[in-house]
Amino acid sequence: MQSQDKKQTGPSAKGQTRAENRQDALSTRPESAARAESASRAETLARNTETYRELGLAIFIVILSVIFQIRNPKFLSLSNIKDMLANTAILSILTVGMMMVIITRGIDLSIGSTMALAGMITSLTVSANPGISPFLSLAQGMAVGLAAGLIIGVLVAYFNILPIIATLGLMNILRGMTYLISKGKWVSAYQMSAGFKSLSTGTTFGISNLIIFAIVIYIIYAYFINQTKTGRYIYAVGSSPDTAELIGIKRRRIILLVYTLMGLLAGLAGVLWVSKFASAQGDTAVGYELNVIAATVLGGVSVSGGRGKVSGILLGSILFGILANALPLINISPFWQQFIQGLVILAAIISNVLLQRRNDRIALKKRVI
Amino acid sequence: MQEAVQIFKEIQLKEADMKKTFTVVALVLIALALVMPASVFAAEKAKYAIVFKNTGNPYGEKQMEGFKNGIEEQGFEAILRAPDLPTAEAQIQIIEQLIAQKVAAICIVGNDYDALVPVLKKASAQGIKVFSLDSSVNPQARLTHVNQADSEKIGQTLIKAAYDMAGGKGEIAILSATSQASNQNIWIDFMKKELAKPEYKDLKLVKVAYGDDLRDKSVSETEGLLRSYPNLKVIIAPTTVGIAAAGKVLTDKGLKGKVMLTGLGLPSEMAEYIENGVCPYMFLWNPIDVGYLGAYVGTALVSGKITGKVGEKFSAGRLGNYTITKAPDGGTEVLLGPPFKFDKSNIEEWKKVY
Amino acid sequence: MHMTETTSVIDVNKPRGIRQYQWEIFLVVLFLAVNVVNSFLSPYYLTLDTFLSTPMNFLDKAFLVLPMTMIIILGNIDVSVGSIVALTSVLMAVSYNAGLPMPLAMVLALVISTTCGLINGLLQIKFRELSATIITLSTMTVYRGIAYVILEDRSAGHFPSWFSFLAWGYIGKVPFILIVFVLAAIVFAILLHTTRFGRMVFAVGNNKTACEYSGIRTGRIILGVSVITGLMAGFTSLFLTSRMGSTRPNVALGYELDVIAMTVLGGISTNGGKGRIAGPLISIFLIGFLNYGLGLRNVSAQVLLIILGFLLILSVLVQNFTDRPRQKSSSKSGKSAAPTHQSDAGSGSDIQGNSAQGG
Repeated sequence: MQSQDKKQTGPSAKGQTRAENRQDALSTRPESAARAESASRAETLARNTETYRELGLAIFIVILSVIFQIRNPKFLSLSNIKDMLANTAILSILTVGMMMVIITRGIDLSIGSTMALAGMITSLTVSANPGISPFLSLAQGMAVGLAAGLIIGVLVAYFNILPIIATLGLMNILRGMTYLISKGKWVSAYQMSAGFKSLSTGTTFGISNLIIFAIVIYIIYAYFINQTKTGRYIYAVGSSPDTAELIGIKRRRIILLVYTLMGLLAGLAGVLWVSKFASAQGDTAVGYELNVIAATVLGGVSVSGGRGKVSGILLGSILFGILANALPLINISPFWQQFIQGLVILAAIISNVLLQRRNDRIALKKRVI
Repeated sequence: MQEAVQIFKEIQLKEADMKKTFTVVALVLIALALVMPASVFAAEKAKYAIVFKNTGNPYGEKQMEGFKNGIEEQGFEAILRAPDLPTAEAQIQIIEQLIAQKVAAICIVGNDYDALVPVLKKASAQGIKVFSLDSSVNPQARLTHVNQADSEKIGQTLIKAAYDMAGGKGEIAILSATSQASNQNIWIDFMKKELAKPEYKDLKLVKVAYGDDLRDKSVSETEGLLRSYPNLKVIIAPTTVGIAAAGKVLTDKGLKGKVMLTGLGLPSEMAEYIENGVCPYMFLWNPIDVGYLGAYVGTALVSGKITGKVGEKFSAGRLGNYTITKAPDGGTEVLLGPPFKFDKSNIEEWKKVY
Repeated sequence: MHMTETTSVIDVNKPRGIRQYQWEIFLVVLFLAVNVVNSFLSPYYLTLDTFLSTPMNFLDKAFLVLPMTMIIILGNIDVSVGSIVALTSVLMAVSYNAGLPMPLAMVLALVISTTCGLINGLLQIKFRELSATIITLSTMTVYRGIAYVILEDRSAGHFPSWFSFLAWGYIGKVPFILIVFVLAAIVFAILLHTTRFGRMVFAVGNNKTACEYSGIRTGRIILGVSVITGLMAGFTSLFLTSRMGSTRPNVALGYELDVIAMTVLGGISTNGGKGRIAGPLISIFLIGFLNYGLGLRNVSAQVLLIILGFLLILSVLVQNFTDRPRQKSSSKSGKSAAPTHQSDAGSGSDIQGNSAQGG
């Protein structure tokens, strides 16, 4: 725990040589030594608090699972877990995009409508051309989502429209378009090709395709956000937009990128959704954006920007998926769901704030004057 | 330097002015363009309006289409409206607009039994004939109600189907929506009443689950049912979204033959699951016919042929003659007919219709 | 932490005289245009009764536009207003049906709605790091969730017959709701534009940090505005419930969007710190009559959705264009009360906010 690195300088370093230790013991500044000790202890604590949050979430999931298992022993069966994961896969894909958006201090309320539009367009195409390759459908859906995200990105980044307003407006526009192009009709299972339907319900190596999609996206995303320059720029822009711009980071481009990616993922999710349920409706995914925001925020992504981890949103999605799956199993009235969801979001964001304040206080203590 | 700055500011202000003027002109042009295609004082024909629960609902679209056919067949103009959210407030707005257009009759598919009463009373006070269809409203606000099928019969038919599918005994469950409108609970109540009868003593209703008419929720609820009640024999889903979702789950899990499915569903949505055997048969009625019948009820009311009282008779075009009967909620109603059974033999033909 | 923007107090660019009301005049022109078009749509349109009675359709929402103006001037946003209306309405109906006398139930409604607003405000002051967006997003879910827990999917109503007078009644030829609204609008206009409280709302919206350093209790202002919002939501709930004679947990769905649209279209800049109540007042009627007119033409709900979405975005776009041209609004995304950065060429004094802190 204590580093014996001799390179550490300054009175706050615990890793001093024995000579220096004796020096300090004899020194006439007992307070600074005490302060130094507590400060470096705090530093390790601060590092741990971040991990604490993830740990806390993981523990919470475990506790919940135990409770649910007791109430209904079927909960932890392999088939139920597979169901849960498949149902959560789409949500988790969306949280990836939402995480980037929220890190840059934005929000996106239009993803439900984007999903619906992408799903509807793709389904209509498949219905008219059953021979089309499912991958082409995927691409088509992603293109629709990309376009939507691009528009939002331009509005937010270059026209300075508040994200909530831009996405609120687009939410309506895209939904209206969905109703219009579908002419009020649904696309039903028999109109979809088997290939299209197996996008979501098929398996590869025994694992549901949906889970595979999610895993692949997470791997790519984790690399992108943590290891690439652009990924780190996203954090920078969210953390301090002005400073980022001063440094030379193209803030507007980053914001444009973020919303475009969100749109892309929403388009993909839309195709997967209609494939999973083998039905495309005009009111697909109405209100789904709230679920996504909830899961993202649960996972520790800070709405004041600049903070969030991939492991966090993964845990957040899983927790959300558990809640959605377990409530029917343990006979909680469905009318409690929204209330519980709201409380969970509130609890998550407030605890994030409190943890963050603690961290900041600790960081402040580190500064020995 | 100062003058340059001043001039610069003036230019900017002028730019702002120009932008504003441009915007005004643009918006006015847009408004006019939206409206231009509408001929100004066109229709001298009487107008009949139908207000459905929400848009994007294929069942509703078919009902409205049937209504339109019936009205236009008789030489009048039909107005089809539906709000984007299935709420009562939205329907109130629409009804106000219809009142302003001085329509002859309003056919309402209510999002709420009571909330529309004040505005419908206002319509009646202005001489508009008000009647409900599919999803009824309080009898004090309607002259009569057009019902697809006898609610009691629906309950009986579904329970009989479940009985037959379960082989005479076993556990059954109901997957419902949440009733925004009156139908679901009425049917479920009749089903429960039917189950209490001695011939169904071996059939046990283990749970009523609510899928909210949401696809993903209905899927979760179905999976929950299957998991909590492993001996489940039949799922009854009297809702189009619910039955299709259950059909998908049963198909994906390969439970065909072990757990049966029936209920009320759209032939287009259920075609796949009837063809693959997961759902041996299910019921509905033809929404086009419902709307068509509504059209004739409307014109009969307006022409004074009927006033909505029990026993009155009228003719409904290609559907034949109808008599008004007493409705379970104290008002009156017109019944289309018995529920229609969809199975492998006719699904191919019907799946394309609606 | 971010670098706070600077703002200049003395603004030589501000248009004087009638020029100030550019946006409002623009709105009035639009309003007239809409009515001209409407009158072509329906031979029955141009009567006094139309103009007096049509507002009954949308005035319940209008009560929310008044506080929303303040909220947006503050630089915040509140998406929970619809849910507060729903919860209030449900509780009022349930308590009346449980035996509470109607007048008391109505008072209870106002108490509940104000409490919801209070909670919103408290959360915002206690957790300043959180933007109003996310706080009200959460409370939106919680409040409506409670409504669902109480009433599930049932409806409640059977109010006394005099209750419908609120939404349907007339005094002479003028609808009761219109009278109440006009009074409320006057009160708000006075509150916002002449009282000290109102001045402070502008100040906080302009530059929150500067206000805090100047000794203004920004927390109290935010709390006050939130409480007022709650109270107004109670009014909306009373009138909406009266209009329907019954209620459910899903009432007032989507109200947030409409109210925000009306406010923003009324010229209240989402950057905060400025605006006039006149604009939103005009836009209430503008949007209301526009909706009505489109409805007369039986425009479908889908198209209406698209139009409303476009209107919202368009109005913000136009405002951003015509606002001080050199405006840089760098840290706008999602953050509440972000002051505007104005670099007026030639204007001397700039008041520096905090210098940048690390990370």
